[in-house]
Amino acid sequence: MLIRKPSDIPSSEITAQADYMDRRKFMAGAAALGAAALGAERLSNIASPQQAVQADTKLTTIPSKYSTTGVTPTSFQDITTYNNFYEFGTEKSDPARNAWRLQTSPWSIKVDGLVKQKKTFDIDALMKLRPMEERVYRHRCVEAWSMVIPWAGYSLSEFIKACEPLSNARYVQFLSLDNPKEEPWIKSVDLHWPYSEGLRMDEAMNPLTLLTFGLYGQPLPKQDGAPVRVVLPWKYGFKSAKSIVEVRFVKDQPRTTWNESAPNEYGFYSNVNPNVDHPRWSQKYERVIGAPFWKARQPTLMFNGYGDQVASLYQGMDLRKNF
Amino acid sequence: MPRRFLVALKFVVFPACLVPLGLLVYRGFTNALGPDPVATITHTTGFCTLYLLLISLAITPVRRLSKHLAWLIRFRRMLGLFAFFYCTLHLFTWIWLYSNFDVHIMLHDIGKRPFITMGMLGWTLMLPLAATSTAWSIRKLGGKRWLMLHRLAYFAAIAGVIHYWWIVKTGVRTPWKVTVVLAVLLLARMVWTAMDAARRRKVAVAV
Repeated sequence: MLIRKPSDIPSSEITAQADYMDRRKFMAGAAALGAAALGAERLSNIASPQQAVQADTKLTTIPSKYSTTGVTPTSFQDITTYNNFYEFGTEKSDPARNAWRLQTSPWSIKVDGLVKQKKTFDIDALMKLRPMEERVYRHRCVEAWSMVIPWAGYSLSEFIKACEPLSNARYVQFLSLDNPKEEPWIKSVDLHWPYSEGLRMDEAMNPLTLLTFGLYGQPLPKQDGAPVRVVLPWKYGFKSAKSIVEVRFVKDQPRTTWNESAPNEYGFYSNVNPNVDHPRWSQKYERVIGAPFWKARQPTLMFNGYGDQVASLYQGMDLRKNF
Repeated sequence: MPRRFLVALKFVVFPACLVPLGLLVYRGFTNALGPDPVATITHTTGFCTLYLLLISLAITPVRRLSKHLAWLIRFRRMLGLFAFFYCTLHLFTWIWLYSNFDVHIMLHDIGKRPFITMGMLGWTLMLPLAATSTAWSIRKLGGKRWLMLHRLAYFAAIAGVIHYWWIVKTGVRTPWKVTVVLAVLLLARMVWTAMDAARRRKVAVAV
C-alpha cells in the first residue's frame, strides 16, 4: 500500500504544464496559437475541442491524506481522450469527440428516496459544500486497463450527511443524465437507461469514496463525467457513475446498468479482484495506459491496492460469489 | 487484362497490404499508438485479418459477375496469405503482450475463454491453407481436393466473426457490418452452387 503523507503542493501546481503538454498536445497548442494569431479562433476550437476545456478556470484544492503517493499520474491527454462513456459512443475516442453536446450549466442533483426531506442541490452550492481535496487515485477498468488520475472533490460521506438519509436507507443509487438530445448514443446503445449505479451505505460512507468535480486541478472535462461524478478507486471503473443528476436512498439493492446487461460478467460489488476473472478475460494483469506497449503489462492488486481502507467492508463475504 | 497490367497491379496491391503494418511500426517508433497501444495493435491486426479474408472470399463471386473480371483470381492467393500474415501477428500480440510467453496462461485461456478458443480455431483453420498455397501443392493434392480443402477459408471467416462478437460487450453491435458481408458471401456461394447443380441436371437430361 502506498498511502503515505501527501505532498504539500497539489499536482495542479506542479504538473500543469509539463505533464499536459506532451508532444502531441504541444503541437496542437502551437497550431491553435498560430490559428488564433491569424484571427481564426473559431477554427482552432473546431480543430481541437479539448483546448476550450483546458482554458477553463482552476479549482482550489487542498492536499489529502487519502491521496495515493508513489505513482505517476497518467497524462491529461490520455485521461481525456480514452474514455468509456456510452452515452457519447462506444469507442474509447468517441466521448472526447461527442461530449461537447452535454449542457453542464445549469445543473443540479435531485435527492430523494429515504431521506428526511427531498432536496435539490445546485452544482455551484455543491462545489462549495466542503473544501475540494486533490486525490490521486489508481483507476482500474473492468476491461483490464488502468490509469492514475489526480481527481478533485471531497468525500461522498460529507454530501450524504447533508442529504440526511433515514436510518432504514441501506443503499444509495446514482442516476446519470438521460437526455438523448445531448447524448444521442443513448438511442443506439442497447442498455437500460438512465445509467444507474449503486453502493451499500457503508461503501458510500467510506472516506475513499469521492464526490468528484475535477481532475488535474480543473473542472471535469465533459467526457470524464462533468460536472459531478463519483469515484470508487477500489472498484472497477463502471461503478463510478458520471454526470449524476439524481441520488436516491433506498432499502433494497438498486438496479445497476452493467449488472442488468450481463449479470454473470458484472457483479453488483465489482471490487477490483485479480483472483476473480471476468468470464471472458483474466483480471490478474492490467495494461497501463500511456506506457510503451512492451512495458504496459502490470499485475493487478487486490482492491486495486486500497485493501487497508476497504477490505474490512467485506469481511466474512465470499468475494467469488459476491464479485 | 494484359499481363503487363496485372504485374503492375500486383506491385501496387502488395505494398498496399503492408500499409497497415507500416503505419503500426511508424506509430510505434513515434510513440503515436494512442493511449492504449496494446489495444491499437490488437485491433489493427484483427481488423486487417477479417477485412483481407472477406475480400479474398469476395473475389470468387465477384469475378463470376462478368467474364471481364476473371483476372481478379490472380489476387486471391496474395490477399489470403496477407490475411494469414495479419492473423499470425494478431496471435503473436496475444502470445507476447497479453500472455508474456507464459504457456500456462495461454493454455488456460484457450480452454476457458470461448473468444480465444474461437480465435485459435480461426488461425488453425487458415494454417493448412497458407501451407498449401503454392502451385506445387495444387498439383500434388489435385485440383478438386485442393478446392475442397480451401473451402476452410469460409469456416475461418465464420470463426473470425464469432470471435469478434464474443469479445465486444453485450449491447454493442459494431460487428454487424462484417457479419452482413460474410452472410452475403456465403449466400452467394450457396445460390450459385444450387444454380450449377440445376444446370448440370439440365445438361444430363439433354444428353
